[in-house]
Amino acid sequence: MIQDLFRETIRSLSGNKARSGLTILGIVIGIASVITMVAIGQGAKSTIESDIESIGSNLIVVMPGAQRVGGISQGAGSSQTLVIEDADAIKSQVQNVKAVAPEASKRYQITAKGTNTNAEVVGTVKDYLVVRNVKMNIGSFFSDQQQKTSAKVAILGPTTRNDLFGVNANPVGQSVKIRNVDFQVVGVTESKGGSGFNNPDSNIFVPLSSAQHFLSGNDYLSDIGVAAADQASMTSVQEQISALLLDRHKISDPTQADFRIMNQNDIIATATSITSTFTILLSSIAGISLLVGGIGIMNMMLTNVTERTREIGLRKAVGLRKKYINLQFLAEAVVLTFLGGAIGIVLGWGASLLVNNFVSLNTRISLSSVFYAFGVSAVVGIVFGFYPARRAANLNPIEALRYE
Amino acid sequence: MIVCNNLCKTYINGDVETQAVCGISFRIEKGEFVAIVGPSGSGKSTLMHILGALDTPTGGQYFLEGKEVSRLTDNELSDLRRGKIGFVFQSFNLLPRTTVLQNVMLPLVFSDMPMKKRKAKARETLKYVGLEESKFFNLSNQLSGGQMQRVAVARALINDPSIILADEPTGNLDTRTSRVVMKTFQELNSKGHTIIIITHEMEIAQFARRVISVRDGLIEKDEKN
Repeated sequence: MIQDLFRETIRSLSGNKARSGLTILGIVIGIASVITMVAIGQGAKSTIESDIESIGSNLIVVMPGAQRVGGISQGAGSSQTLVIEDADAIKSQVQNVKAVAPEASKRYQITAKGTNTNAEVVGTVKDYLVVRNVKMNIGSFFSDQQQKTSAKVAILGPTTRNDLFGVNANPVGQSVKIRNVDFQVVGVTESKGGSGFNNPDSNIFVPLSSAQHFLSGNDYLSDIGVAAADQASMTSVQEQISALLLDRHKISDPTQADFRIMNQNDIIATATSITSTFTILLSSIAGISLLVGGIGIMNMMLTNVTERTREIGLRKAVGLRKKYINLQFLAEAVVLTFLGGAIGIVLGWGASLLVNNFVSLNTRISLSSVFYAFGVSAVVGIVFGFYPARRAANLNPIEALRYE
Repeated sequence: MIVCNNLCKTYINGDVETQAVCGISFRIEKGEFVAIVGPSGSGKSTLMHILGALDTPTGGQYFLEGKEVSRLTDNELSDLRRGKIGFVFQSFNLLPRTTVLQNVMLPLVFSDMPMKKRKAKARETLKYVGLEESKFFNLSNQLSGGQMQRVAVARALINDPSIILADEPTGNLDTRTSRVVMKTFQELNSKGHTIIIITHEMEIAQFARRVISVRDGLIEKDEKN
């Protein structure tokens, strides 16, 4: 029976190849555009996510709150409330903390043998590598010992190194002058490739104690970076830090806190929701073209039924049950959409790869969108084939046979 | 085999009622060759539709092999047509762009019979109605009128029906070919097939052994040749 259905469908569709082909084209374009659009959306999403994750993994940042002078806020980060003891307390008292990196950073003019640049000088500790996901390219980061003894050593970000010593030069052993203090370069970090405002590639890293002694001259931190042990514990770590610091700073009302805590997950969630919206927008536009393709199928099937009215009458006269006539026309519509779906998937896949290679946009073909597209094309076939098939099955055989 | 009691068919089109046939009664026994003749509008087509189980009467009873057809559902009517009735149409109604063999196999589609057996049966039936084997794989539109009607007759015979119902089978054929086709029907009748032919031409009706004349929805004459 299924063989019969298959044979009849092939016979009928190949009977009018041009029309079948054009009808399929509608579905092909619909499916291909859905897949390409979703691939572009997913690609953008994963690019943004990995950009954010390169800042550090499971990162929580504690920043000083806004300083209030007589009720007038000076803006976030303006107050000087965080000290190294806070960082030590977080490390020793909060559970599920992998690493803590207190930072005291400020921009300075940096000079080296005839060149100079303006860079963010970050005073920190060795755990910074863990917290901020930084790797060394040349040399090594400063040791705990150098941190304790306020050693005048510096690690350059690759951009700063390029500015001061030339592209890809090895500056280890040379010295740079920050605020008229000589620091010996001991290493260069690996490029993170990110771009923008707070790019770690253009930083200079020095021991925290050195930064406080020789550069800022005070004990305050600009922020404390905390790496949670894993994704799941981030919320609890954040809450513990909040409680701990409120207690240490003797603040009873949490709304009056003199610090702010930022969670990397929040940033990712925001970015993800933006890209998801774009994906939905793009794929719904593509979905409309799929709908139009479906209407094309229905149009063709209706023409088909009208054209083959006599044949349908004959089939009924020789005793074919309604069910089979219905099934036959439905099968034609489903085969058309399935063919269109299959070609559309291949085409969409190809288009995604082309976009990936020739336009500077990352695409990611998600298997779920392929299955989704295939399912939708089958549903489109059934939905838009249903009415014409029913119309064929319900034809009166006498009138159908007389139809001219 | 066929028993009609007081058959009536009334078409209702909006407020207008048209009585196509009314009060027709006759019996047709197995092995008969009957021609139903009458001018257009006499109700012979309506009668043929009822006899062919394409339509049900609005009054009276129609028994085919002891089964009352007027009480059957749509699916039961389909099954009855497939099993018991072979249709031959005026305009042949062969599927275009389809081979002779495939046309003859059409009534077997969606049946349990395997493809091999269907083909064998179609060949056998085509030989039975006298079509040369060289034409079996020709497309139906490459045949002459007489050959087409032969294929249509073979299609009607493939399910071994109780009756063959031919609606103006010579309407699209010239006189010479008409005679050949009618001779075929006579041969089939002599082999034991029950045949009913609807026509408006008396010369064609002369090939049958019994002629039922219909006029204004009633039987006018019923005589043996």
